[in-house]
Amino acid sequence: MFKKFSVLLLCLLLIFSCTGCGYQYAELSLEGDYTGLEGTVLNVYNWGEYISEGSDDSIDVNKEFERITGIKVNYTTFDSNEVMYSQLKSGGVSYDIIIPSDYMIERLKNENMLKKIDLSTLSNYHYIDDYYKNLYFDQNNEYSVPYSVGMVGVIYNSSMIKNPEHSWKALWDKKYKDMSLTFSNPRDAFMTAQMILGYDLNSTVKSEWEEAAELLKKQKKYLQSYVMDEIYGKMETGEAAIGPYYAGDFLTMQENNEDLDFFYPKEGTNIFVDSICIPSSCTNYEAAKMYINFLLEPEIALANAEYIGYASPHTAVVENTEYYYYGNEYLYPKEENMPKVQYYHDIDPEIRMLYENLWIDVKLY
Amino acid sequence: MKALQRLYVALILIFLYAPVAVMVMFSFNSAESVWIFEGFSLDWYKSLIFDEAMLTALEHTLIIAVLSALISTVLGTAAAVGINALQNKLAKKAIMTVTNIPMMNADIVTGISLMLLFVFIGKFLGLNESLGFITVLIAHITFNLPYVILSVLPKLKQTDSHLPEAALDLGCTPFKAFFKVVLPSISTGIATGMIMAFTLSLDDFVISYFTCGHYQTLPIVIYNMTKKTVTPDTYALSTIIFVSVFVLLVLYNALQSKTDKRRA
Repeated sequence: MFKKFSVLLLCLLLIFSCTGCGYQYAELSLEGDYTGLEGTVLNVYNWGEYISEGSDDSIDVNKEFERITGIKVNYTTFDSNEVMYSQLKSGGVSYDIIIPSDYMIERLKNENMLKKIDLSTLSNYHYIDDYYKNLYFDQNNEYSVPYSVGMVGVIYNSSMIKNPEHSWKALWDKKYKDMSLTFSNPRDAFMTAQMILGYDLNSTVKSEWEEAAELLKKQKKYLQSYVMDEIYGKMETGEAAIGPYYAGDFLTMQENNEDLDFFYPKEGTNIFVDSICIPSSCTNYEAAKMYINFLLEPEIALANAEYIGYASPHTAVVENTEYYYYGNEYLYPKEENMPKVQYYHDIDPEIRMLYENLWIDVKLY
Repeated sequence: MKALQRLYVALILIFLYAPVAVMVMFSFNSAESVWIFEGFSLDWYKSLIFDEAMLTALEHTLIIAVLSALISTVLGTAAAVGINALQNKLAKKAIMTVTNIPMMNADIVTGISLMLLFVFIGKFLGLNESLGFITVLIAHITFNLPYVILSVLPKLKQTDSHLPEAALDLGCTPFKAFFKVVLPSISTGIATGMIMAFTLSLDDFVISYFTCGHYQTLPIVIYNMTKKTVTPDTYALSTIIFVSVFVLLVLYNALQSKTDKRRA
């Protein structure tokens, strides 16, 4: 009886483990010398749903890399920069490739947790747009290679809201009472208030954070709820009419509800850059560099950009007329429509504590 | 009165199964949306085949669940037999309390303390990385053990202690007496313990989260999708898992009632 039970389970397991055979390899070739690296393992740590994995005739990036180089990719995912940081810091696991966001790269760099990447050895690095080079967290382009970028804006349902003011103040508008949403994480929620007040997002002035918190308290009576990815459902079904989120996610929502529209507020907004880095615990440095160069191959970068749906820092992708989001005005606003942007910086622990406490006040208000 | 009873049962069943039913329905949705049903299709089952990350995670989950259930059943049964044989009442109580701690403890405390232990030992042995398949397996066995012990122990208490003695009198070796006499009479307890261990291991999130390292299990991979939004192929996978567990349980019950009848 037990035997049958476990035999059945094992059968199920076998069926699932060999279903991978369905993938058709793309005919890609890659320059480089992989001898000596075959059979080694590369540990990649990336955001969930952040790489093309072969559905709808797209490229399975990790499989292609394995086929071409013979290096085994051990791919795992995380859901936030902080989780990734604590995993690295615990010392229980080692990674060869990580893809953190801007402010986290600053922190990792300051704590000597990143290895330098010699970019002159990456033949595809020239594809990276100059706009995403020499950023504040890596001024000399030594530690990171941009992978995916995006900006926050306001999504609204045009059948419920006509011509909203292109401002963060729309989220404070009493006309949209009980129909508006905002971020449920403090940094992003404070960002919307700081933009209205015209303050620096990385301010070290305590009174500015307190003022922003007061503004967030005033917003509370108009809000339907604080959300993160629940916003997908609420906007797609028309349960809510307006809320802030990333442009790339807006495009996904719009495919399910054509009434949705989007604007970048005139006060400016937050921009993020997720970049590929090599942590100092890396044990397969040569393979890691090859993997980075592979991700920068135009075809691979295109597959990833189309899968993720955020903007790409890769010039060959942006200029490719066959790119699904080619010329998309939300992901790639023209220069005259480009909002003023600010990056998040790694914030002083004292200030972080302050805004986290203020956020509790707002939530309890 | 009868109508009320029926209504009550119906309500309970609805509360239990409505969420699963909704998930099954949306796994057949033709639209990308996770919220609006547009028509029947098998697209998500097709895209699941290509979702290497999710299938690898499923494989990990099943391997860990099967192995940890088997190992903890063996260890737990042996422990239960030992505890049952203890003469000293105080020692018995003390041991039971100790074995129950992992069960009473909040998952997050168990998870973090196991992680600290593994990392400490790893550093002590000079390993480059200490978390992985072995650590997550040990962690699952740890939290499965008390459940197995607790389901085997009552069966042992019910068994007449003179039975194995009689077997010994009739010429059995102690080893043989255990396998021929004791084991058959506690087999239902062992089966319950094993199934419980298997299901607990299957859906554990918190403890695996801290101890898995590169060996991520399915609940963790699904949780990590929340930067964007969970795709409907997750529903397809959950539906398959639900249906297989359901079929297994039905088969198991059918087999059991057959053996019961044979005995009667």
